[in-house]
Amino acid sequence: MLPTIPYVRLRLHLNGIIDIKYDFFSVRTDNQGGSLLKWIDYQAPESVADAVKILADSNGNARPLAGGTDLIVQLRVKDPRVNAETVVDIKKIPELNQMDYDKSGGLTIGAAVPLHLIYNNPDVIKHFPAIIDSASLIGGTPIQGRATLGGNLCNGAPSGDSIPNLVAHNVVATVAGPNGTREIPVEDVCTGPRQTSIDSNELLVSLYFPNPGDGFGANYIRFIPRNEMDIAVAGAGVSVKISDGKFVDGRVCLASVAPKPILVEGSSKALIGQPVSDEAIQKAAEAARDAASPISDMRGTAEYRKHLCEVLTRRALNTAVERAGGK
Amino acid sequence: MTTKTHVQTTINGEPVDFLCEPRQSLLECLRDVIGLTGTKEGCNDGNCGACTVNIDGRIVTSCLVLGVEAQGASIETIEGIADGTNLHPIQLAFLEGAALQCGICTPGFIVATKALLEKNPDPTEHEIRFWLANNLCRCTGYDKIVRAVQEAAKKMQEA
Repeated sequence: MLPTIPYVRLRLHLNGIIDIKYDFFSVRTDNQGGSLLKWIDYQAPESVADAVKILADSNGNARPLAGGTDLIVQLRVKDPRVNAETVVDIKKIPELNQMDYDKSGGLTIGAAVPLHLIYNNPDVIKHFPAIIDSASLIGGTPIQGRATLGGNLCNGAPSGDSIPNLVAHNVVATVAGPNGTREIPVEDVCTGPRQTSIDSNELLVSLYFPNPGDGFGANYIRFIPRNEMDIAVAGAGVSVKISDGKFVDGRVCLASVAPKPILVEGSSKALIGQPVSDEAIQKAAEAARDAASPISDMRGTAEYRKHLCEVLTRRALNTAVERAGGK
Repeated sequence: MTTKTHVQTTINGEPVDFLCEPRQSLLECLRDVIGLTGTKEGCNDGNCGACTVNIDGRIVTSCLVLGVEAQGASIETIEGIADGTNLHPIQLAFLEGAALQCGICTPGFIVATKALLEKNPDPTEHEIRFWLANNLCRCTGYDKIVRAVQEAAKKMQEA
């Protein structure tokens, strides 16, 4: 087995001239050297049925590829997280590229739609503007040219910036598998760090945003030490529905403060039925703080993150109330 | 075991066919297979933006694109920015404003800047900084880059 580092040096200094040696190395090495990525097979099916068949036939050794901004990093030789034999490019499947605002006022976003198409879409801007809070802050401009909401969800990182926002919007995920399709409320998708309830032989097809009706407002905010391009120390995705000056619905979902994004029941209880007031919002924020079970790491201590949950939830709820027309 | 795939693309306006393994990133294909070494390799995980190229009108980090995904795509790299020996106004502004020192990040910055100015010919400093947030420069401290982008925007509007 060839060590990776000397090989990379060779490639940088002698590219082009030593094509024969390059081929020699990449043929004789198995999972090391040669390319920066592990060996993979590539398939680009054009229908959901074909994609599901490839996933099912590969016994858990295939991974769907949408924007690749997480998956391709995880496929690098030095990254132990993913060992896939086959990468299934899902971007040629029509259902996964749809952006459809329907008559009932709901919005379907295909799992392979990149973020820049989402935040430039007139229906999103008009009817679901809070999605843009997440879509426009994941990575930088070149990442948003490729990354998808579906990928952010399926990657299942506790810090995924769009997941709390999807949960706040009551999004339902449509998943296709060998036995047909099923629908999962998005809060039930993540089960642990980088683990989801979507099986390895299943494919996320689309995300459905139901019509929230009048008096709805949502917001996602996160805290990071700089203005962009970082992973959330803590994040809060919230939504409220207001009728006659009272909260008729409220949802708070937190990122980066538990093994998975958490929907805080206590916050909903603190809001629903109460008049729109700073007191109700403060109680919901405190419930979010109490529900968080963060770890301490280089980004922040557990105590600091709990404090952030209260502050972010309060601020996000205030913005959501404003957007709902309640203030 | 994987074999090489035949990929047909248009690069800087010219049809380009190449062979690659599915595991080779577009960055590796551009540099090692096609020989377009203007696009630089930095972090290779999408953070630094040195490998930024424009695919079908949208900038992406080419280290996070598989070469095989480029089938049928139209790609613009730093080699396609200048018109023959005449530098693009963005390149001139970077040179005249000393918006580069070691130069590794510069191709990515210029490709990203061109995409910005095509979309928004008169961006604010705030818009420039956010658009270029995915391009890291460890030499200049960014101020000269932002000023060069503003200068290029001015020149391009006058032209």
